[in-house]
Amino acid sequence: MDLAWLGRNVDELALRTLDHVVMTVLAIGIGSAISFGLALLIRRRRSLQGPIMAVSGTLYAIPSLALFAILIPFTGPQSLLAAEIALVSYTILILVRNFLAGFDGVSPDVLEAAAGMGLSPSQRLWKVELPIALPIIVAGMRIATVTVIGLVTVTALIGLGGLVYVIIELVYRRFNLTATLAGTVGAILLAVLADRAFVLLQRALTPWVATRRTAT
Amino acid sequence: MMGVMQDAAGAVVAFEHVTKRYGGPDAPSAVTDLTLTIPAGEICVLVGPSGCGKTTSMKMVNRLIEPTSGRITIGGDDVMSLPAVELRRRIGYVIQQVGLFPHLTIGDNVSVVPRLLRWKPNRVRERTEELLELVGLEPGDYRSRYPYELSGGERQRVGVARALAADPPVMLMDEPFGAVDPIRRERLQNEFLRLQEQVRKTIIFVTHDVDEAIKMGDRIAILQRGGILAQYDTPSAILANPASEFVERFVGADRGLKRLSLARVRDLEHIEPVVVHAGEDRAEVRKRLDRVDDLAYALLVDEAGRPLGWIDQHDLRGSGPIDHGAATPGAPTVEPESTLRDALSAMLSSSVQLGVVVDGRDRVVGLVSVDAISEALRAPVRAADGQLHAVDGAARAAGETAAG
Repeated sequence: MDLAWLGRNVDELALRTLDHVVMTVLAIGIGSAISFGLALLIRRRRSLQGPIMAVSGTLYAIPSLALFAILIPFTGPQSLLAAEIALVSYTILILVRNFLAGFDGVSPDVLEAAAGMGLSPSQRLWKVELPIALPIIVAGMRIATVTVIGLVTVTALIGLGGLVYVIIELVYRRFNLTATLAGTVGAILLAVLADRAFVLLQRALTPWVATRRTAT
Repeated sequence: MMGVMQDAAGAVVAFEHVTKRYGGPDAPSAVTDLTLTIPAGEICVLVGPSGCGKTTSMKMVNRLIEPTSGRITIGGDDVMSLPAVELRRRIGYVIQQVGLFPHLTIGDNVSVVPRLLRWKPNRVRERTEELLELVGLEPGDYRSRYPYELSGGERQRVGVARALAADPPVMLMDEPFGAVDPIRRERLQNEFLRLQEQVRKTIIFVTHDVDEAIKMGDRIAILQRGGILAQYDTPSAILANPASEFVERFVGADRGLKRLSLARVRDLEHIEPVVVHAGEDRAEVRKRLDRVDDLAYALLVDEAGRPLGWIDQHDLRGSGPIDHGAATPGAPTVEPESTLRDALSAMLSSSVQLGVVVDGRDRVVGLVSVDAISEALRAPVRAADGQLHAVDGAARAAGETAAG
């Protein structure tokens, strides 16, 4: 361990951490928006569920490195666009599934009561269905986020990579144990922190979930 | 516009030649040419076997289902004259599984419709308190709790409060007490009847249970398959004079016994109980009990006046204070709104054939005996006999006069 190195590179590490977080947040944000839309579409036309799940399953199956390789010729190297296209693709399968499971979990009695009381279709969606589906949706976001934090490291190979950029860039020149550790431990910490943050977020958002009381 | 803080009385609901068909003009009707008028402030029970269109008929009132032809009016206004969403906010809706919103507190559940109608926060808060009190849930205890923390009966009461929130003149209730056990159902029914005395809404109540229909309905509409109205009348008229073989079969062979559901415990003369509190002297109580001719038991009650159980001569031997555990538990309790049928059934299942009449807070208000019930029955039974003869024999006109 070379503490002096850490001291000299604290700015660089902070910058790369920020990159890592931004890339993840972007991917989850865009992925959630697309998945929400797809889930609504499937709800309206159930026959679309098969095709949409098949496509997102295929996207999920493409090895990430190969996907970057395919995209780079179109976008150029060090392209955030290429990285995000890949990252978002990987979130869709997880997120669409969870959005759907969340919506399907809303009891028909609740929906009937909502309609009978005079909530309009959009009020039913935003005030009833979405909040009730939230625990399952947030659970999906949690898995997707941890997955994406891991995948961001792979984007190091196209010149991005967040924290892992530190490893690749510096270690290529000369092996540096401290840099390797900083990058690795940083990425792990980020994933663990995100995971914990989602657990807390879920509890804060859903004080009404019965199991919570017994769990704490 | 409807009145708000004062509970608005009900409005007349009328079905005029309403037909509902799923599919083309050749498809069988779910509801066929239904015409009936429900007077303001009355409970009309739609009852019939499954597939008789009772729920479909009810849901056409708030347009969860739209009729194929015919029209439905509330207070003279066609339900089609308002957008469906606005119409529904003016009609209370209670369903069997309640359908409380699990992510909202009890207070927020109750105030959904007032908030949709953009009432001022102050007014919403006041109304919520008022409603929770009305259905017997202490606002301070319940306002901030979530539905999962409540029992089935409590949830159903919240469901009723929620339906009453914006003070609608009309309420639709779809098997509202179907999901609770028989004993709690009886209490919820009684509670609801007490509530209706105060709010006087026009209520359309769907059930498949004839006994519930007889108990709850000011009028009963019996529907048969295809949504054909078989009979629409008061419970006593239907029991005395079923309009068709279908009605007779549906109401059941035990029509005489069902007439027990027409009278209530409050119609009987109550017996004054010998009420005893823990700590009273046995010899004293024995003396008091001896002074009463027709009672062999004293009734032990707690500090709030709620019954704990019977004390017999055996428990009163010797002297010294009566302790808490002395009573034989299991005194059947009935409420003033209980039907004689429910009361009788409760009393027959206990060793002491006396019913303890309690009020809404479980405090003892009197006793009723099996004898009193059979006494009360004598007059109606004779009327029923006359009616049966009339139906069987030739004196039809005479019978119809007797039925009135």
